[in-house]
Amino acid sequence: MSDQVKPTSLASIAGNRVSRTPGSAPLGTGLETRNLHAWFGKNHVLADISLDFASGTVTALIGPSGCGKSTFIRTLNRMHEFIPTAAMAGEVLLDGKDIYAAGVDVTKIRLKVGMVFQKPNPFPSMTIGENVLSGLRLAQLKQSNKEELLEECLKRAGLWNEVKDRLNAHGGSLSGGQQQRLCIARSLAVKPDVLLMDEPCSALDPGSTLRIEETIRELSKTMTIIIVTHNMQQAARISDYTAFFLADGHPGEMVEVGPTSEIFARPKDQRTENYVTGRFG
Amino acid sequence: MSITESAKVAIPEPRKISTVPRFSDRVFRVVVFCGGLSALIILAAIAIFLGIRGFSILSQTGLRFVTQYEWYSAINTDGTAGEEGSTFGIGAMLIGTIITALIAVVIGVPIAVASALFLNFYAPNSLRGFLVAVIDLMAAFPSILFGLWAFNILMPSGEYWAKILHKYLGFVPFFDVSAPVFTRSPFIAGIVLAIMIIPIVTSVSREVFSQTPLDRIQAAYALGATKWTMIKAVVLPFGSSGIVGGAMLGLGRAMGETVAVFTVLNIVFQANFQVLLGAGGNVASLIILKFGEASIEEINALMAAGLILFLLTLLINMAADLIVNRSSRKGR
Amino acid sequence: MSTMLVPKPIKPWQRKPKEMLPEVGGVFFVVIGTWAAIEFTGLSGKLGAFISASLLSLLASTFISNQSRGKSAAKNSFFGTLVAVFSILAILPVISIFGTVLIKGTKGIYIGFFTNDMSLSSVNDPLNSGGIFHAIVGTLLLISFAMLISVPLGILTALYLTEIKGPGSRLIRFLVQAMSGVPSIVAGLFIYSAFISGTGRGFSGFMGSLALSILMLPTVARTAEEVLLLIPSDLREAGLALGGTQWRTVAMVVVPAAKSGLITAVILGVARIAGETAPLLFTTGGGDTLNLNPFNNVMGSVPFAIWKALISGSAESNARAWASILVLLVMVMVLFFVARKLGKRKI
Repeated sequence: MSDQVKPTSLASIAGNRVSRTPGSAPLGTGLETRNLHAWFGKNHVLADISLDFASGTVTALIGPSGCGKSTFIRTLNRMHEFIPTAAMAGEVLLDGKDIYAAGVDVTKIRLKVGMVFQKPNPFPSMTIGENVLSGLRLAQLKQSNKEELLEECLKRAGLWNEVKDRLNAHGGSLSGGQQQRLCIARSLAVKPDVLLMDEPCSALDPGSTLRIEETIRELSKTMTIIIVTHNMQQAARISDYTAFFLADGHPGEMVEVGPTSEIFARPKDQRTENYVTGRFG
Repeated sequence: MSITESAKVAIPEPRKISTVPRFSDRVFRVVVFCGGLSALIILAAIAIFLGIRGFSILSQTGLRFVTQYEWYSAINTDGTAGEEGSTFGIGAMLIGTIITALIAVVIGVPIAVASALFLNFYAPNSLRGFLVAVIDLMAAFPSILFGLWAFNILMPSGEYWAKILHKYLGFVPFFDVSAPVFTRSPFIAGIVLAIMIIPIVTSVSREVFSQTPLDRIQAAYALGATKWTMIKAVVLPFGSSGIVGGAMLGLGRAMGETVAVFTVLNIVFQANFQVLLGAGGNVASLIILKFGEASIEEINALMAAGLILFLLTLLINMAADLIVNRSSRKGR
Repeated sequence: MSTMLVPKPIKPWQRKPKEMLPEVGGVFFVVIGTWAAIEFTGLSGKLGAFISASLLSLLASTFISNQSRGKSAAKNSFFGTLVAVFSILAILPVISIFGTVLIKGTKGIYIGFFTNDMSLSSVNDPLNSGGIFHAIVGTLLLISFAMLISVPLGILTALYLTEIKGPGSRLIRFLVQAMSGVPSIVAGLFIYSAFISGTGRGFSGFMGSLALSILMLPTVARTAEEVLLLIPSDLREAGLALGGTQWRTVAMVVVPAAKSGLITAVILGVARIAGETAPLLFTTGGGDTLNLNPFNNVMGSVPFAIWKALISGSAESNARAWASILVLLVMVMVLFFVARKLGKRKI
């Protein structure tokens, strides 16, 4: 994997990949934001984001720190509202339905839109197997053949071969990269259509990062993935589409979005070009 | 220079840095050190003085001091010898101490832990500040206030609920009574103690719960957890040893409580396991009960009882501190 | 871009008044159900009302969530309501205590209650004779002398744990924690065995102060330690870098910076001991007349006065006990709120 990609430029990495057209993947659900704004107290952190995530694609969100990328993906599964001062405006449509509409059960949204965090965070009081199936317990879902589901999730997360003999060991006994793949497996168990990943590799070493990237590419065949990353090479390697966010003294906004190869090879906006060529940020 | 070359260079011994503090600093350190030793000295002095005074009784009676139920001083207060030999045993009082303290823990800890959960995860900010202030204030209430209130206000309600418990659960040996006396019972004393330990158990639990890693809480929510399933899967496993430690701190407090128990409880020198019956005991209230009219010999016996109470509570407190500290230090 | 229309921020996750309708219905149900339970069943009294209201709220909230959002939401609501009910249960005694003390305590209060002592009054005298002047003065003296002992020792202990971090600081922190759990009666018994019994010395106020200082020391030491830990270490380093000795840095930089926190520590310690009764029974003797000399003769105190009034058993002395406890409660509350106010101030 690593010897295959000897990057000369980001554009060439991205150019190797053919972006799939929206709707071509058999599975997954479309997610879409319309004029989305976000606030923390009086602080306007995200302005007017309208973005379509086609089903079965990987979209990377890039941009300097503090540009609102993380806030943005946290609005997509309603984790935004955990901050007491948070507020928003606009719509987030999942399958054409506004997830912020009155009467929507927030736990059901989070089952459809899963999330993997920056730091691997398996539940330390549970074994590896229990961790994978913890979503069933937490969301009180019924599942008949748990063994099968466990195996399937661990296989999809690329962890099965490493842990199949010690499913009863504690989650904390795994390495950092394995823990993160365990967290991915855990999100898969509740069968989400969309997986949000907030810098999932920033706490990992390069080897583990590549394993996770393989997993992401594997998963993208069956679900929609939205990934926040600081690593532009990673964005170029794994994503079909890239959106560039920037907060330049204003609330964070989306400067440009397009097929990843376009963004890295022929950005339309000068600010995007400055960023992807490393002139700032 | 390559790495292998630099390895040949002899690595010097780290230099020892010695600082000779100035005279004023040395005086300062000695003074502060002596102050810091005060806790050790006081605890040791308590054990030594109570031990010296209690030794004559403890060496005479031996193990019977804690197993025997009878407490009888044969020497009259004017110093003349009584007709029979004295017997000093705190068995009944020890059993009573443990029973009342356990009742307090059984009633108080669930309430305290639930309050801690409510304060940390449910209460809106405005209400939280108020409730925390009220519960902290409760910790500062004098025990005689609890005793007076319990005797006048709690006793009638306690009696009422004791009768209901007896009526419907009387077949359980604990809730049976051999005589229909429901006032001044270990049950009611236990309720007072439960109220008195709620503040400390709540604050220890709150402290531990508030250290639950936020990323784990968020991970649970991101998996579609409701607040309750999140608490069950993340907060309670994380805080379990804090709860145990807090409960033990509460147990220690309940065992050492004097005035409130003395006011409420009817002290009887028999082992009474019928918690609803108005008869019980507590080592601390034994000391108050007998102190006023005690002869020299009986005072020595009371000192021995105090020593046992001291060692017992000290042990429980130390174990509780170890458990709480371990839970707050470890990462899980 | 500068002409972009910014919409109004909203919080769609907060429930709107219209969505609260089922809850309003639930509240009605609980109120009426509680009334019915008191009226028609064997339950009675305020506690009975509370218990039936709690059970009905549990039922109502579970039912409403089950209807609107299904089984897992119902379980969530059930436990949410349960912890709320338990929290109310936890503070019910405080409400009851306040109410009782206010109602029963004010009966015995008159001006002379604060200026007379009990030397010329007996327990059966009407409520307009006698007072607790001697006890208030006694309590203040006891507290002052306890402070003289435990405040320096407590702060020195805290300094040892935070500034010197010398050998055994973990052990000392552990012992201070354990000391805070020493039963108050043991403190009294210890002072009696060490300084009174067999020495020919009688009861005196100072002995009471000694016993109280044992109880006050851990509170002062622990709170002071927490406060000193909050002082940023660059402040200490700045002091040392200016060429100050450690002693001068602590005395002129650290302690002044932590001043209000240390005062809080002292006040919390005082609040801890102000109402202590058991240790005084073994040490002060509890007089009925004003005694300004803490080293000689018995000395009264408010808790002891309550104790005496309580065990004498007459109706008048009972009323005096409640009045005294009102005084004690006000003292403790004033101390507590001053400590909180100071503790909240930025260091």
